Amino acid sequence: MSEKKMTVAKAMVECLKAEGVKHVFGYPGAAICPFYDELISSDIEHILVRHEVNGGHAASGYARVTGKAGVCIATSGPGALNLITAIATAYMDSIPIVAITGQVNSDQIGRDVFQEADITGSAEPFVKHSYIVKDPASICDTIKKAFYIAETGRPGPVLIDVPMDVQLMETEFMYPDKVEIRSYKPTTEGNKLQIKRVADAIAKSSRPVICAGGGVFLSDAREELAALAHKCDIPVVNTMMGISNMDMTDRLYFGMIGMHGVKPANYAVSHCDLLILLGARMGDRAVVALRNLSGISVIHIDIDPAEIGKNVNVNTPVVGDIKKILVQLTETVPELKHTEWTDELDEVRSRKTAVPDAKPGTVCPKLFVQELNRQIPKDSIIVADVGQNQIWTANNICLTEGRFMTAGGMGTMGYSLPAAIGAKKALPERTVIAMCGDGSLQMQFMELATAVQHGINVKLIVFVNTTLGMVRELQDKLYEKREIAVDLTGSPAFDVIAEAYGIKAENVTDISQAEGAIKNMLSSEKPYLLQVFVDKEERTII
Amino acid sequence: MKHTISVLVENHAGVLARVAGLFARRAYNIDSLAVGVTADENVSRITIVADGDDYTLEQILKQLNKLIDVIKVRSFSESELLTRELVLIKVNCTPAQRAELISIAKITEAKISDISVNTITLELSDYSNKIKTFEELLRPYGIKEIVRTGTVAIQRGSASLTI
Ligand SMILES: Cc1ncc(C[n+]2csc(CCOP(=O)(O)OP(=O)(O)O)c2C)c(N)n1
Repeated sequence: MSEKKMTVAKAMVECLKAEGVKHVFGYPGAAICPFYDELISSDIEHILVRHEVNGGHAASGYARVTGKAGVCIATSGPGALNLITAIATAYMDSIPIVAITGQVNSDQIGRDVFQEADITGSAEPFVKHSYIVKDPASICDTIKKAFYIAETGRPGPVLIDVPMDVQLMETEFMYPDKVEIRSYKPTTEGNKLQIKRVADAIAKSSRPVICAGGGVFLSDAREELAALAHKCDIPVVNTMMGISNMDMTDRLYFGMIGMHGVKPANYAVSHCDLLILLGARMGDRAVVALRNLSGISVIHIDIDPAEIGKNVNVNTPVVGDIKKILVQLTETVPELKHTEWTDELDEVRSRKTAVPDAKPGTVCPKLFVQELNRQIPKDSIIVADVGQNQIWTANNICLTEGRFMTAGGMGTMGYSLPAAIGAKKALPERTVIAMCGDGSLQMQFMELATAVQHGINVKLIVFVNTTLGMVRELQDKLYEKREIAVDLTGSPAFDVIAEAYGIKAENVTDISQAEGAIKNMLSSEKPYLLQVFVDKEERTII
Repeated sequence: MKHTISVLVENHAGVLARVAGLFARRAYNIDSLAVGVTADENVSRITIVADGDDYTLEQILKQLNKLIDVIKVRSFSESELLTRELVLIKVNCTPAQRAELISIAKITEAKISDISVNTITLELSDYSNKIKTFEELLRPYGIKEIVRTGTVAIQRGSASLTI
């Protein structure tokens, strides 16, 4: 590419274009104005969120469904600081985002001037890497590296902080084709010998199980996972981050493990003789299911060597890209049958727990989600927030080709709507539904305006129980029902709020209304809100 | 258990903060830390003495490796290494005590770096235990000030840590 003289601000926009970026999510301020000024004349669409944290979450939703880094933008000081929760949320879930922040003039850094915050310093624990750009000549190289680092290896957020005066300096625009970082060379090829060991372990096992996590999405290995499971007749369970990485109607799929998991999945991991952890970090909430691993042989396949052996003792580690490893593994293993084992799990799965009738004026969340399953298009994207609503969604949603996503690692309330906006912007043909509680909705409902302004047709389902249900459940269980600070009395009628934004809303107070309401929501070409009333006493752990 | 870890890093601003921050937030204990540029001026070497069991050491090495600016990380067993610390000790010293302190310096191979009417400043470069003994020897005279560096370490023999 030939070199061209321009300002750093313009070069930043040109770099984003060269990187193939079509949408950015942001919120302006003085220190990032030079960049915004150059954005005007580009064809990159800027989506104006109503709070910076939601720009970060939207970039995260965008990244999850495209595999490409999502881009979010904020100004210096408070703008940048508002981004931190989103950056940390992306970090915990290994989501590639590139966050661009304005900074005060470089000669004023360190003097506590107006809207100065050490954002690279404060975000350091939550970024894969960060840059503060002081040399105008380094801008193109820095942006190229930022995308490369964010998207490769174990993905994660990268922050680029650019002082305002630097944005106004002249530089040569030359977007590099390649990156070379001598200190960053992620392993992608699995070690052949280790793969052979895994194949041998699979061949020897009579009760194998695969626990597949979010890494399967990050490595785009959905088909490869199914291929291995089918060839060797291995049951598959998920961590929360992994939900929907396998067709959930597949006979070999047994649901989510862990503290809030389902019986067949937890049964599978506690009665197996071989546990294959696949792109799963095994966070503490998932590990609950694995309390007793004696006599179980554990294989851990992950791109990040630091995750292997961190939370679970592992017999056979394999470091590398899951997709590549699965392909190699599937070629190496023989066809197998584990009929006795899968029959045993089928039996556990078939034990139905009776659903009690919901109190008048309320809806059983399980039945509601089941109705949703009947109607949503096969490839729908479901974004679950945090709380009881998340568990009800996670445990009852049934997706065949669709995608479930949630802020599994950080459990950040307020994630679902902005992330759904990001996902919908990336894949406008797909049905995208955010599902949240009435507590979390109040942390994010300003983003309804974003959806309206930018014509982003996301659907929102709120389970209204007038309480911070998950915390209340905890207080009831562990603090002898001493409840404090969980009552949400005073919350508005969300259908009225929606209508104030020009969004159509419907209330569901009885399961008999669910079918029609869901139908109306799905057939609308516009954002839509369903307010589903749920009894306070509904539990997640039964 | 104590582990000595050598880390080769890009010689940029902020790298030390990243390394130190990693230790702090993951609750790894640092006993000592020393940084300096290597033969290649673009590369710095950080020597860390850390305390922890084998699990912690493994995590430290893996997490350090994940930092983008870290080029190479290695931990060494004690027998593989030549280690040194530098200490400057200012002790009270009346003119009458001078001869005595000068003889201590001789025996311990310390250097007399500065002298005043009522103090003497001694300098010693040695491994950690030797420095401790040195300090004990001087304590009876009244130590006014001690300044000590972190440990630096290099492999014994012809092996070397390069990028
Ligand atoms: C930002 C943030 N603050 C606090 C929490 C702690 N927390 C976890 S679940 C929960 C309750 C959520 O209430 P609501 O959104 O009404 O959902 P419900 O549990 O009732 O379905 C809270 C407060 C959190 N996860 N995130």
